[in-house]
Amino acid sequence: MLKLITPLMQIVDVPMRALQRLLGPRRLAWAFLAPNLILFGLFAFLPVLVNIAYALTGSDQILLRDRPFVGVRNFTDLSQCASYLDANSCKIDVFWRAVHNTAWFIVLQVGFMVGFSLLTALILNRKIVARGFFRAVFFFPVLLSPVVVALIWKWILQDQGALNAVLEHFGYPTVNWLLNPSWAFGWAVFLSCWAHMGFYTLILLAGLQAIPRDVYEAAQMDAASPWRVFHRITLPLLMPTMVVVLVLALIKGVQTFDEVYAFTGGGPGSATTLVIQYIYQTGFAGAPRLFGLASAASIMVALVLVVLTAVQLWITRRNANG
Amino acid sequence: MANFITRTRGRQRLHWTDWASYAYLGFGVLLMFGPVLWLVLSSFKTETELQHYPPRLLPYVQQTVTLPGYDDPLLVFHVTQGPLAGQDVAQVRRIGLVSQMVRPDDPTTIVKVPIADREPVEHVALATSNYQKLFQRFNFLRFLWNSTFITVVATAITLLVNSMAAFALSKYEFRGRGTVMAMVIGTLMIPQTVVLVPLFLITRDFGLINTLWGVIIPGAATPTGVFLLRQYMLTIPDEILDAARMDNASEWKIYWRIILPLSAPAIAVLAILSIMWRWNDFLWPLIALSQTENFTLQLALNSFRGEFTTDWASLLAMTVLTLVPVVAVFAFLQKYIATGIASTGGK
Amino acid sequence: MADLELRGVTKAYGAAEVIKGVDLQVAEGEFCVFVGPSGCGKSTLLRMISGLEPITGGEVRIGGEVVNRRGPAERGLAMVFQSYALYPHMTVRQNLSFGLENLRATKADIETRVTEAAQMLQIDKLLDRRPKDLSGGQRQRVAIGRAVVREPRIFLFDEPLSNLDAELRVEMRGEISRLHRRIGNTMIYVTHDQVEAMTMADKIAVLRDGRLEQFGRPLDLYNAPANAFVAGFIGSPRMNFFTGRIAGGAVRLTTGETVALPGDTFDMAEGAEVTLGIRPNGLHPVDSGSGLSVTVTGVERLGGESYIYGSTQDGTAVTVHSPGQTAIEPGGAVTLAIDPAEAHLFSAKTSKSLRKGAAS
Repeated sequence: MLKLITPLMQIVDVPMRALQRLLGPRRLAWAFLAPNLILFGLFAFLPVLVNIAYALTGSDQILLRDRPFVGVRNFTDLSQCASYLDANSCKIDVFWRAVHNTAWFIVLQVGFMVGFSLLTALILNRKIVARGFFRAVFFFPVLLSPVVVALIWKWILQDQGALNAVLEHFGYPTVNWLLNPSWAFGWAVFLSCWAHMGFYTLILLAGLQAIPRDVYEAAQMDAASPWRVFHRITLPLLMPTMVVVLVLALIKGVQTFDEVYAFTGGGPGSATTLVIQYIYQTGFAGAPRLFGLASAASIMVALVLVVLTAVQLWITRRNANG
Repeated sequence: MANFITRTRGRQRLHWTDWASYAYLGFGVLLMFGPVLWLVLSSFKTETELQHYPPRLLPYVQQTVTLPGYDDPLLVFHVTQGPLAGQDVAQVRRIGLVSQMVRPDDPTTIVKVPIADREPVEHVALATSNYQKLFQRFNFLRFLWNSTFITVVATAITLLVNSMAAFALSKYEFRGRGTVMAMVIGTLMIPQTVVLVPLFLITRDFGLINTLWGVIIPGAATPTGVFLLRQYMLTIPDEILDAARMDNASEWKIYWRIILPLSAPAIAVLAILSIMWRWNDFLWPLIALSQTENFTLQLALNSFRGEFTTDWASLLAMTVLTLVPVVAVFAFLQKYIATGIASTGGK
Repeated sequence: MADLELRGVTKAYGAAEVIKGVDLQVAEGEFCVFVGPSGCGKSTLLRMISGLEPITGGEVRIGGEVVNRRGPAERGLAMVFQSYALYPHMTVRQNLSFGLENLRATKADIETRVTEAAQMLQIDKLLDRRPKDLSGGQRQRVAIGRAVVREPRIFLFDEPLSNLDAELRVEMRGEISRLHRRIGNTMIYVTHDQVEAMTMADKIAVLRDGRLEQFGRPLDLYNAPANAFVAGFIGSPRMNFFTGRIAGGAVRLTTGETVALPGDTFDMAEGAEVTLGIRPNGLHPVDSGSGLSVTVTGVERLGGESYIYGSTQDGTAVTVHSPGQTAIEPGGAVTLAIDPAEAHLFSAKTSKSLRKGAAS
């Protein structure tokens, strides 16, 4: 490996040396930055502009010059609802169904996941034998690909699957989990928690272990009950980490697509269609490719994310400054 | 053993909360490991065994016997009723509700046995037929190659490009550095999921749609990587760089002979993260690749999802093979991964 | 080997000027020490000589050539850093040969030079170790070795001993001096420790606030400091300073005492505000007669010598060095006789020395 890299680097050294002589060592920094900045520019900043351009134009044409300018019509179309609480009353009901699904998904997933992550972290923070092993057990699904996670649970939940077999064995009625809209949605939330819980557990555990031991010892000297220690010491000191975890979970929740799409394909019906899937289907999978509508929808998602990310950066900075 | 588990550090006896904790953790092990274990066990079941309901925990294979006069191995059954009761016989063929059987010691005489009167002779064994089929019937190696190529090349590019930028941002003072840092933070707010349409269009303009490079390039520069590496490089003393300058090293040489080796721990963390992101990536490849021969493993797995029926036998085997590298990497680098992910906030 | 010349060298970061025009000539083979309090610009000046820091104005000449526009590698210098700056991921041998490799020296040449330098510095047994497995003193030797193998025209040392403990520092001090005698190269050595400067230097450059205060041989600086700052900085314990004014050919201190000084040594304009400087060994406790009356605040008895600390009536701190053992106790009063031959006189306004013939 090193034998391969060394000559390559030596070759690059020749033009870089010339550039160094030309620019001086200080301005050479731009040469080091250039590849990264070009990639950022082309695939992060330029897309933002292009996104706006497509959101303001209509039709299913792919080239911008073929697309008629429609102003904010894509946005008004998307937000035209008699009642925002009833997707059926909206002009583009699929989008609003996806928005409602996503909202419910985030509330349930973030709530359950952060709750169980906290519980797990608190337990792992006790004097536990083989803590490393248990931590690894809870963490490893984080590494599995969303598609694999979806398939693992689909295999268990299918009509003739292991779960139904167990239910039948104990005399309970079986359910066709993935064909029942409510159950499918519930299981989508569950498998998302299952897959990502370990990550948040890890962060919370690190937060718990960062609380100095002597604070607990002082509390012990003050004869505080375990509940009071948790309530008055652990929770407040863990609060900064909790907030970070919550915001991170929200950011990721809004972007959920992979595992749910691979799990149910958005179905049955549109019971598990989330916003990102709506964008994907509108822009790429549907018969007329409605880039304008998809762009407009992703700008709306982006605004939510920008707010959440700004909050996250602000909190991390505040935490870092102590 | 019980003694070992009930022994706690410091205290003598287990409090009820300890029991509750271990119960919770035990349940956790079942919930986290169980499904994966079930998947792996299932993948080693024959197609017939997969149809078996209720499913059995362990994979069973029906015994076969090769008899003279028959080209293929014959399935062995145990006869429960009738004249052959209690004997193991081989089935030549099955017609409706009747099997034509032969006794192993008399392979020429066909005996008819109602199928209700026989049960298969089985033993626990791992059937590799699903895996063999994967290589024979599907373009599995193609998908594996695509995934590997994307993962390796993209990670190499990410490491190079990000470490160069991190070096410039941590070790040089130049006008515009603050602006560049702000740009990096800005890209943190633009995940791929919110620029799918323009990303597709731009990549298409470069002629990269439906190529592996179209998957690799757009995500090659990561803000996370720049942050992670810069943070680490800030801890390398500037005097070492000055010493190298006095030692006649060019800036590029300082980068790859001094900075890169000294940042090895951070680079390893980024490498692991990048490998994980790339190997598991789904949404962008789904958009950028539409021809089956360019599919990654994740896309191939997803495409197996039939409209009405699913070829579970192949799908299970492929899922296991997709999962194996990740688990292997995890087993060896658990500590790195955990600290790496915790230190960057995931992505 | 080469000489070094600085001509009106300046350095500014934006509006802030940190080196305000330094002129200096270091002859070939000289051991020159830059000394001064922290923040005086001595390290910046060294880095400007090395080429690591760009020069804002003036000229740096090495061996007669102006090197302003040359990079650090092209000046033919070698530097030993305060933190040693050894490459942590390389063995000692690789640390020593890295620079030679960059200069495209042949393998055999590198081998001989590394071996030679390692033997000279007694690190030949450590060549395959990494810096983290070395002690502080060993790291220091490797850092020096890395400079030695380069056979530079000038050696630069940036406070190389400040990370060592006191005992090792004395040892390495001797070692660097021996190294200088042995290879005879021009060396520039930066330190904030005036003891290091006095013991090692052929020439000392005292810097303050980006200006060269005085440049000369150690004992010249000690005996005839150009100004009150150099007088106070060189010599330990510090020189005592008393304020006063010239009255009738003598110095009348603000505390009232009068000190007669030989008029042919100092420029004593009637009525001028002056600062009288006397080193601790120029003051002697006397039982009777005229002198400075001082309240004793502390006594340090070291056996062979004693230090008496006190303060005058107006609160000026006074340190007295007295050979042998003393019976003086804290709390009492003592009269100090001033040895006129040990006196230094500075203008209170410019703080320049009033010694006749002193370089301004």
